[in-house]
Amino acid sequence: MPAVSKGDGMRGLAVFISDIRNCKSKEAEIKRINKELANIRSKFKGDKALDGYSKKKYVCKLLFIFLLGHDIDFGHMEAVNLLSSNKYTEKQIGYLFISVLVNSNSELIRLINNAIKNDLSSRNPTFMCLALHCIANVGSREMAEAFAGEIPRILVAGDTMDSVKQSAALCLLRLYKASPDLVLMGEWTSRVVHLLNDQHMGVVTAAISLITCLSSKNPDEFKTCVSLAVSRLSRIVSSASTDLQDYTYYFVPAPWLSCKLLRLLQCYPPPEDGAVKGRLVECLETILNKAQEPPKSKKVQHSNAKNAILFEAISLIIHYDSEPNLLVRACNQLGQFLQHRETNLRYLALESMCTLASSEFSHEAVKTHIETVINALKTERDVSVRQRAADLLYAMCDRSNAKQIVSEMLSYLETADYSIREEMVLKVAILAEKYAVDYSWYVDTILNLIRIAGDYVSEEVWYRVIQIVINRDDVQGYAAKTVFEALQAPACHENMVKVGGYILGEFGNLIAGDPRSSPLVQFNLLHSKFHLCSVPTRALLLSAYIKFINLFPETKATIQEVLRSDSQIRNSDVELQQRAVEYLKLSSIASTDVLATVLEEMPPFPERESSILAKLKKKKGPGVVVVSDLEDGKREGGELNGGGDRGPDSAMSASNASTPSPSADLLGLRSAAPVGAAAPSAGSLLVDVFSESGAGGPAAAVNDDGFLSSVPPSAASEDLAPPLPEADELLNKFVCKNNGVLFENQLLQIGIKSEYRQNLGRMYLFYGNKTSVQFASFSTTLNVQTKPVEPLVEGGAQVQQVLNIECITDFSEAPQLNIKFRYGGALQNITLKLPVTINKFFQPTEMTATDFFQRWKQLSQTQQEAQKIFKANHGMDTEVLKAKLLGLGTALLENVDPNPENYVCAGVVQTKSQQVGVLLRLEPNAQAQMYRLTLRSSKDTVSQRLCDLLAEQF
Amino acid sequence: MRFMLLFSRQGKLRLQKWYVPLGDQEKRRLGRELVQTILGRKAKMCSFLEWRDLKVVYKRYASLYFCCAIEEQDNELITLEVIHRYVELLDKYFGSVCELDIIFNFEKAYFILDEFLLGGEAQETSKKSVLKAIEQADQLQENIDFQMRLFPVAGRHSQKASSELVSQSELVSQSELVSQSELCLPVLVLVLNQGLDGVLVPNMASESSGLFQN
Repeated sequence: MPAVSKGDGMRGLAVFISDIRNCKSKEAEIKRINKELANIRSKFKGDKALDGYSKKKYVCKLLFIFLLGHDIDFGHMEAVNLLSSNKYTEKQIGYLFISVLVNSNSELIRLINNAIKNDLSSRNPTFMCLALHCIANVGSREMAEAFAGEIPRILVAGDTMDSVKQSAALCLLRLYKASPDLVLMGEWTSRVVHLLNDQHMGVVTAAISLITCLSSKNPDEFKTCVSLAVSRLSRIVSSASTDLQDYTYYFVPAPWLSCKLLRLLQCYPPPEDGAVKGRLVECLETILNKAQEPPKSKKVQHSNAKNAILFEAISLIIHYDSEPNLLVRACNQLGQFLQHRETNLRYLALESMCTLASSEFSHEAVKTHIETVINALKTERDVSVRQRAADLLYAMCDRSNAKQIVSEMLSYLETADYSIREEMVLKVAILAEKYAVDYSWYVDTILNLIRIAGDYVSEEVWYRVIQIVINRDDVQGYAAKTVFEALQAPACHENMVKVGGYILGEFGNLIAGDPRSSPLVQFNLLHSKFHLCSVPTRALLLSAYIKFINLFPETKATIQEVLRSDSQIRNSDVELQQRAVEYLKLSSIASTDVLATVLEEMPPFPERESSILAKLKKKKGPGVVVVSDLEDGKREGGELNGGGDRGPDSAMSASNASTPSPSADLLGLRSAAPVGAAAPSAGSLLVDVFSESGAGGPAAAVNDDGFLSSVPPSAASEDLAPPLPEADELLNKFVCKNNGVLFENQLLQIGIKSEYRQNLGRMYLFYGNKTSVQFASFSTTLNVQTKPVEPLVEGGAQVQQVLNIECITDFSEAPQLNIKFRYGGALQNITLKLPVTINKFFQPTEMTATDFFQRWKQLSQTQQEAQKIFKANHGMDTEVLKAKLLGLGTALLENVDPNPENYVCAGVVQTKSQQVGVLLRLEPNAQAQMYRLTLRSSKDTVSQRLCDLLAEQF
Repeated sequence: MRFMLLFSRQGKLRLQKWYVPLGDQEKRRLGRELVQTILGRKAKMCSFLEWRDLKVVYKRYASLYFCCAIEEQDNELITLEVIHRYVELLDKYFGSVCELDIIFNFEKAYFILDEFLLGGEAQETSKKSVLKAIEQADQLQENIDFQMRLFPVAGRHSQKASSELVSQSELVSQSELVSQSELCLPVLVLVLNQGLDGVLVPNMASESSGLFQN
């Protein structure tokens, strides 16, 4: 027990605190506080000069009031006065007040900085530490401006006391984190690295946090730290438990420092120097060995400290991902922890194994623990641990264990916590789809999912099962039979009715031979659910009914009667009423042939990335689905919904139709409107039916194979004009916008409207005839694929062409669009570049500064980066720049770049074959009217193309 | 580390240290939300949880919860020991620390924390060195305070020793004691760390029970 008394004699403060504690109600407390505030205010305003002690006491009271959660709007000046007191306790309270209640009042900041400056130069280590603590606690930009130059000097000066060095190192770290642009690297940097060799363990402990942060941002400048860190680590790991005296914590030598050293090494790849690497591997092996030794103490602190180092070592092993032996040992160690009696260790082991599962070296080793993990999912009492177990099962899933994992996850869902059900549903749906070899299993799984957790099954999930059933004819009969059975349940989820309605409407005929599921039985079953359903589901059911009329003429009378009933034909909901009226009319007047054409089976859906996966990514951030990358290589041919091969060298494919074809949107990938939602044009069956018939040939627009193969390259391609000289310039106008006039001359104006979603896009081209004379033989050719437009364009009229676009892989050349027509006998031949650029397929990604820089760092290979420095072509107005960057399609990230003048953006280019993450940084220099543009992405061609495109924009 | 909070079982914040710049409103909102989340968890649950985009590490010592919000790459177990080391430091400094010590000497709790952690990172992990720094500072103020002590305040530690025999029945009347005790401060902070583990006794008692239960 320290010899000195702890009370520093602020009796009034203690009295005040006990008064507050005695208040019986919130009102009484507020009353007491207001009384005190009035008292303090009058003291501060009074004529009598307050002595330092009173000032300290009142400032301390204000601080207490503030910490209770009340606002304080005065007293700052008195606190600042305390800073220059020569009495330590007064200074200390002053600094505490400033640290807790920073005020951006510039006048005060100047005074505060002045006081700090005095203390820093006082050469009194206690005062210097106080000042440094204050800077570290506040960490504002103003302070960085004032002290970022001074602190490195203090840090590396030979005569600085150890305790001051420790404070200076962490103070600098805080300033660097807040305002990295103000902390300039200099000759001090190399001396900072050598603090790793300092004799004082406390100095090393403090300095290493700074070094780790600096290395992660500037790895090259600090790379000498690797060998220093390895040798320091090796000395600690091999020391006896008492060697380090007070830095030994419950028999563990320097656990904090060890963890930080291992963390620092994770900023770098494995050491290239063989000796250093050997020494490090030895350290890691020693750490793994120590885990097997009997504990030196029964205290939990001992095992926590020891395991903290062990987990950090495992993180490093996973980071290197190059030592199969260590990876497997790490995995075995974690396997032991999976059954440890400490919940904390089980939690961490599950979490750590998730990352191990994605390494090819340890994936198999992780899989051996499947039974334990399943058991954890069933028996852990803490939901956060069960969540980790579910994550791990998802990560370790592959074709060999998918059935077991999916069925365990399904049975867990029945009792799962509400908070994690939605995510579980998505995961089950993804695994079932990804690893299905047998589609009936897939259908069963999804229907079970709806049965067990219908409320948590999002639209994406049931859209997807329909997509797959439609695309796979071998599963359609089974699906029809299964939904029919599922619908027998007296209470079934509305999502089940939706799937059932859709599938029976399409494929009910496949089971109609069985008298137990005859057409009328099917219809009655569906209709028995009708009245319990919401409007969108009823709308879908009405469409299923009209499809029934086509499939089973014998149901026509019954269905017509239903449609004709007042509850349908006079329904107050306009969508239902319209459907009832139109379907009734259609069924009464159209001939069987017309009906058969109009109500033909839905064409297959174009293959695309699972929308469920996209949803999970959105929900959890990209890190979680990392396992799918690993699996990519192994799962060829196993993809459900697998379409035919597409030409690999054709980066773009486009299909066109003379009317927009919402049927392609049925599953909601391109347009946000859900199936059967109230918006009548948004991909409902009704519109599908008519738009298809309107398009002349059903399915032409959306046929999966139609994208590339339906029309051979135009025979006339040899006489296409070369692209206009200004084609590139015209193209550049559209990089950051989607709509506008692409081309205009005296005769013709071409307008564009386009929209993009993931790797798909739709473009409307409007060809306007500016003259009063007809354009004859009007034709357009796209170098990818084309379909004719109306051959005549009347004077003053406009024709429209719709292109559906799918980005298959990244590309640099825009597709060419050739337009030919006769105007008064003269052939016009114009070739333009269609403004489809790679950035159109950007999906914006929001991320924090930490994530951003971490990824930025990961993309540090030279070919991943493209950079250009160029002169501004336009004004450098902030708002215009922001609008352009947003138009680019990326997310504009605020508060990420330490320099607020700079812009950083992040996005993912969605192509069918892969997703390419892109980070962008634009640094304007207003004086020089120059920009520096840097792009980093996981694919060099993408970085380069984007860089070229963007350099023309600013 | 992003921030550290100390709060009681009743959800009252006793100490808050923010290592990232946030507005007062935001701090209050985050604090409230996190305190509710943690108080809602059962005793045997794991000490770690995912909360928003952060990892939260917490541990309860008697009536007080110590809770740290750390970043994705930070180590959970070592953070748990950061908490423990801080409790050890408080305990050593106050001598069987209890919640009341932290309420009445909140400024000391902040000073000790600043010596141990700075900017959210460990500055000095040696218990001896941290306590030495604090004692040196106390020594400085002792010399200055000397002339301020017009009426000597009895050291609270001697009170603690004499109060070891306080029985349960005396405890009940403690709240009265508090209201009458304006001139007799040390009564407030008497520490009843013998035989009370704060389960059935009223709030006052749980606040005064030692964080380390022997």
